[in-house]
Amino acid sequence: MTFAAGGGSVGRRDAWYHKPDVRRLGASLGVGLVLALVTGKDGRSGHFGSGIAAALGGVRVPSFLAVGLALWGVATGINRYGDEMRRALAPATAARKRVTGNATFRTTSLLVMLVVAIGIPPMLSSFWQGVLVEQVGIFMLLAVGLNVVVGWAGLLDLGYIAFYAIGAYTTAYFTGTLPVQPPIVLNPFLCFPLAVLACLLAGVLLGAPTLRLRGDYLAIVTLGFGEIVRIVANNSDGITNGSRGATNIPHFSIHLLGINYDWTLNSLPYWYLIMVVLAVVVLLFFRLEHSRIGRAWAAVREDEVAAQASGVATVKIKLLAFAIGASTSGLAGVIYASKIGFISPDNFLLILSISVLAYVVFGGMGSLFGVMVGAALLTWLPQFLRDYVPATDRNLYIGAILVLMMIFRPAGLLPARRRRTELSLHDIPEAETVAVPAPGSMGGSI
Amino acid sequence: MARSAPTAAARVADPIFDVAGVTLRFGGVTSLADVTLQMGRGEILAIIGPNGAGKTSLFNCLTGVYRPQTGSITFRATRTELPVTLLGRKTHQINHLGIARTFQNIRLFPALTVLENVKVGLEARHGVGPISAMLGLPNARHAERESTRRGIELLRFVGLADQANTIASALSYGAQRRLEIARALGTGPAVLLLDEPAAGTNPVEKRELADLIRQINRDLRVSVLLIEHDMRLVMSVATRVIVLNFGQLIAAGTPEQIQRNPAVIEAYLGTGGQAEDGRNPGTDAGGGGGWR
Amino acid sequence: MNLNEFVQFTILGLTRGSLYALIALGYTLVYGVLQLINFAHSEVFMMGAFGGLIGIQALIGANATLMPVGQALIYLVVGMVFGAVFGAVTAWVLERVAYRPLRRRGAPRLAFLISAIGASFFLQNLAGKEFGRLPQYFPAFIDKSQPVFQIGNQRMNLIQVIIIFSAVAMMIGLDLIVRKTKLGQGIRAVAQDAQTAALMGVDIDRTISRTFVIGGLLGGAAGFLFGMFANVSFNMGFLPGVKAFAAAVLGGIGNIRGAMLGGLLLGLVENWAVLFIDIKWTDVIAFVVLVLVLMFRPSGLLGERLGRAA
Repeated sequence: MTFAAGGGSVGRRDAWYHKPDVRRLGASLGVGLVLALVTGKDGRSGHFGSGIAAALGGVRVPSFLAVGLALWGVATGINRYGDEMRRALAPATAARKRVTGNATFRTTSLLVMLVVAIGIPPMLSSFWQGVLVEQVGIFMLLAVGLNVVVGWAGLLDLGYIAFYAIGAYTTAYFTGTLPVQPPIVLNPFLCFPLAVLACLLAGVLLGAPTLRLRGDYLAIVTLGFGEIVRIVANNSDGITNGSRGATNIPHFSIHLLGINYDWTLNSLPYWYLIMVVLAVVVLLFFRLEHSRIGRAWAAVREDEVAAQASGVATVKIKLLAFAIGASTSGLAGVIYASKIGFISPDNFLLILSISVLAYVVFGGMGSLFGVMVGAALLTWLPQFLRDYVPATDRNLYIGAILVLMMIFRPAGLLPARRRRTELSLHDIPEAETVAVPAPGSMGGSI
Repeated sequence: MARSAPTAAARVADPIFDVAGVTLRFGGVTSLADVTLQMGRGEILAIIGPNGAGKTSLFNCLTGVYRPQTGSITFRATRTELPVTLLGRKTHQINHLGIARTFQNIRLFPALTVLENVKVGLEARHGVGPISAMLGLPNARHAERESTRRGIELLRFVGLADQANTIASALSYGAQRRLEIARALGTGPAVLLLDEPAAGTNPVEKRELADLIRQINRDLRVSVLLIEHDMRLVMSVATRVIVLNFGQLIAAGTPEQIQRNPAVIEAYLGTGGQAEDGRNPGTDAGGGGGWR
Repeated sequence: MNLNEFVQFTILGLTRGSLYALIALGYTLVYGVLQLINFAHSEVFMMGAFGGLIGIQALIGANATLMPVGQALIYLVVGMVFGAVFGAVTAWVLERVAYRPLRRRGAPRLAFLISAIGASFFLQNLAGKEFGRLPQYFPAFIDKSQPVFQIGNQRMNLIQVIIIFSAVAMMIGLDLIVRKTKLGQGIRAVAQDAQTAALMGVDIDRTISRTFVIGGLLGGAAGFLFGMFANVSFNMGFLPGVKAFAAAVLGGIGNIRGAMLGGLLLGLVENWAVLFIDIKWTDVIAFVVLVLVLMFRPSGLLGERLGRAA
């Protein structure tokens, strides 16, 4: 959807303030000021300007304007000399690609990561182990699941956390910690398949009538669904214990075939459990990506009309992605419920769905490895910076990341090969192969 | 306009497609007006007509993109099966019945490789389920190998086997056309619908295309229905030609009959009779003359 | 349920509905020209509320007391102007920063939506950071609950009348702009077929920018009114925003009259529902309406296109 690139909105087109360098300067200075606000002190309610005054007071304005100026310098430099720089760096880039594409390199790095994942956590403090489990591990799993929906099938699900909630509440139910009692009280391990089933069902129920809608509508419907689930959980005192939530959810335990092990509040065993679950899920998904289903998803994503004409049952395959994503979210919900032992509707706010989306987008939509790195980084960073950045600012950065990624690097940090190609094709309006039917002639969604 | 004559010539002995009384309207515009025609099994049927005559709309009705207000369309994949109606079916279902198509503006999967594009077509109808794929079961691995093997075969057939791992968007225009055809063939159709396959190709590519179409028809035993503006191509490959104008069928017959049909000449040249230098639609060099 | 209750909730419904309608217009206008759900419009609404609050406090201080009605009404209008302007500026910046760069490079629709969501969260939390996270109230310079006139046994009070009246006035104004001015023509043209409009000489960038500004004016004014009616806080935009979007979809996204109708309808339904179900469930109604309409009749009550139906 490229419109004729018009000029500015006021004054003559060729006026000095419309020149790209000047506009970039204005934008960079604006960014500097926003940075000043974002990193400044919080304002106080009822005292307008206190926050802004603090953020912009004293030496801050000139220093952040200087930052803006520096940004402008960098941006203009890239704009002017970008191609030359790229050419100069070409041999280095080629060398890097050769190394990272090498199979031995990949296997070695995988082994290194495995060693780190197994060996490092025992050396960390219990706080950091807790962070590893409750933030990094859980969200890596969630991101891998959302990646199937958003990255592979191209469906924007803004209510992803609803399935997380369903998984958690299913666990609470079947371990007997909700006001309604289950027919049989079970070990949390057995809640895995049950949560998967519940989420599959919910995913199909939600997806079947809505997946033929176009992208933005689907996004809003899923958002609505997510909120409905949360509000219902909050209001149904008799079933979910309302806003008080479920408490005393038991930890995992195995008493089978001579193996006796109980998980406790200790985070380390949970970390290993999550690693195992994650490893299994990633293996399964990797195989899926390179199977006919993965190809069919890519086909639907790249040209839904052509996919239909080639025999791909587009609605069914989208539903499959949706259901698989939902089940993964449910798995994470089971682990969360069992580790924390306590859940309430406030654990399943919209901001969580948006955050997982941010991790996926940041890491690289469509790349298994990318989204895991993205999730790990963006859940670890706020904890790492917790002494310097107030926790309440976290959503500020999440929002900014989403916008900035879309503007500057939509394929993500570590893009999937296909996605990168797709997005670069979108940049070229005249690409012959990305053909568009006459308006109104084909009813497919774009 | 004598309608019964073209209709009679539009009947065949062993129809694969049976279109009867199809009318398609969009708001105030009538795209197809009471069109009745049949396509014979094994033939190469060309649909020609000025722009806006309703040719692509007919394709879209045949593939379930549009649903006509009146009329019926039935399809009979093989002589041993019963005719089934195509109306109300989804596009991918129609493909499973045995109808494949290409598009006027080539619609490939641009970021997939050449081989992957074809595999999508091959795997669409029957393939392993997600569980088998995820678990890497033997039948999944076998299916993958089979799919690759048949994909390479198809690419060899259209002459693209050496570019199997190239990204589709990097191909030349003519190669992209052939890839689109290969993908369509991968779905195992009984009939292949080609929408202006020669558009934008040079004379050499046109000749190769004509050969390919004949090979598809002869060696793969696939009936071909093509929309084309290039008269040379039509004359050289088509066994029968149908002419549409303003959504109506105005003539049907062999290429030679159509060339001499006064109604057809009038439709193309407007004033009736032949042009000053004796040219008529059938001999216009290079195609795309007055009616492009 | 008796007639009195019914009238009372109808009045409440119309009041709420008018606000939803104003916000819904912002969604529908932007959707018409860009086929984009401006997720961050809820923050435009919120900034309008803060704008009005800042303006009023600047003029009469935070602890002002009751004024004579005439004077109070003047300040009310001034406050609304502040709100509208803050809303418009926010919308303008939003378009420039979050959407135009994506349009320039022809980004897929998914990217717009993600950017919209990001912008929404950013603005919301920036406001929370700078203005504090506690709910704030307008100084009591006007007697909001002063009864104005009576319907049966029920009274309509001042703030309700003001809200409905302002909303109707603004909607009429918008209708006139869209139907009678060149800008309105441009908006309808871009909504129908942007490429042709560009060929006909319509400046797409400027039209889109102005569409955002108009939506921002309306949303900002609605924010001010809502703030007067209830309170002002950094996250006040989310719920009314989603509900207004549901209203826009209900009426037919892209259709101006549809947004007005949908807003009023949703407001009424929400309030009538209180007569039948527990009040804690009324928020769900908007979400359920949204989900159901999108599932079964995505084109809404009055159909989809801005260009044709306006």
